[in-house]
Amino acid sequence: MPSGSDGLRGAAIVPAHNEEACIAQVVREIRAFDPGLEVVVVDDGSVDRTARLAAQAGAHVVRLPFNLGIGGAVQTGFKYALAEGFDVAVRLDGDGQHDPQELPRLLEPLLAGEADIVVGSRFAARDGHYRAGLARSLGIRLFARIVSLLVGQRVTDTTSGFQAVNRRGIALFAADYPHDYPEVEATVMVHRHRLTMKEVPVRMRERAAGASSITALRSVYYAAKVLLALFVGLFRRSVTPLEEDTE
Amino acid sequence: MTPLVVSIAGAIASVVLLGVIIELIRSRRLRERYALLWLLTGVVLLVLSLWRDGLNTIAGWAGVTGYPPAVLFALGLLFVIVVLLHYSTVISRLSDQNTILAQRVALLEAELGEREART
Repeated sequence: MPSGSDGLRGAAIVPAHNEEACIAQVVREIRAFDPGLEVVVVDDGSVDRTARLAAQAGAHVVRLPFNLGIGGAVQTGFKYALAEGFDVAVRLDGDGQHDPQELPRLLEPLLAGEADIVVGSRFAARDGHYRAGLARSLGIRLFARIVSLLVGQRVTDTTSGFQAVNRRGIALFAADYPHDYPEVEATVMVHRHRLTMKEVPVRMRERAAGASSITALRSVYYAAKVLLALFVGLFRRSVTPLEEDTE
Repeated sequence: MTPLVVSIAGAIASVVLLGVIIELIRSRRLRERYALLWLLTGVVLLVLSLWRDGLNTIAGWAGVTGYPPAVLFALGLLFVIVVLLHYSTVISRLSDQNTILAQRVALLEAELGEREART
């Protein structure tokens, strides 16, 4: 977001769990891309130097007292953004796989008012750039099919955490955010709240360091759980009330 | 052979169990994470209530010759034990986290008090 040009304040939410190897680099890259973005690192109960290195690199660090999991960590960031009155929030992973240089692609449709939430998709471009393990890519494809059906809109990358949301999106996610593999359920939630979502193709990098938190066995468990959540979510009548977005 | 009435009663009980679980998830009083085991329990009991030959076969494997529905009992009990064990681990984690939270709040309060005293 061009800092200050249109008077909008933006926050970059970066969930991080034991990412001491790359968190400083991630923070510096975001700040170099746009010094106007406030970088909020949510340290999800790390036992290494993640919090200290992030703060030294110039991030605002929110430390969780213990590990909440990705959903709880990200939601903490949205709650901060809501309380501090940010107009726009972007979300990047703490492992460096989301390149801040791609942020303009996410922000452009958002600032143009085309969508309340813009998701960077690894697969929308179909250039075969991104490679995932077998279990993971099967899961990703399965969820993409199901979610596309549920929301009546083509969604190619339901597990992408590379997102930009406006004030309405911030308010929704601060009020209610799913737990593990939150992006899949969040997509459906966004649709149910009549917020608009748009996917844009982005390139993602290989993880700079560290290991993905998702192993093959766990992905089966997560798949079952997320499918159950999606199924049950369909029959949930109550929609989470949001705070007034006019201020 | 399992008496028909027992099969029907077992099936009805399983369906009621499944219905209650789904309603609890739907109204957000039960998280999906803790519901999976219960759903598995309900589905297995339902299948074995309806699939009477299967129940007999499993009873044969387990050496239950007199009364096959005893297998339903045994399985139900097994699931209850597993769920309870799971809860024990969950409660242990929650109480650890509760300790950490209380300590964190106490430390923050102390720091806040000191700051207020200074100004």
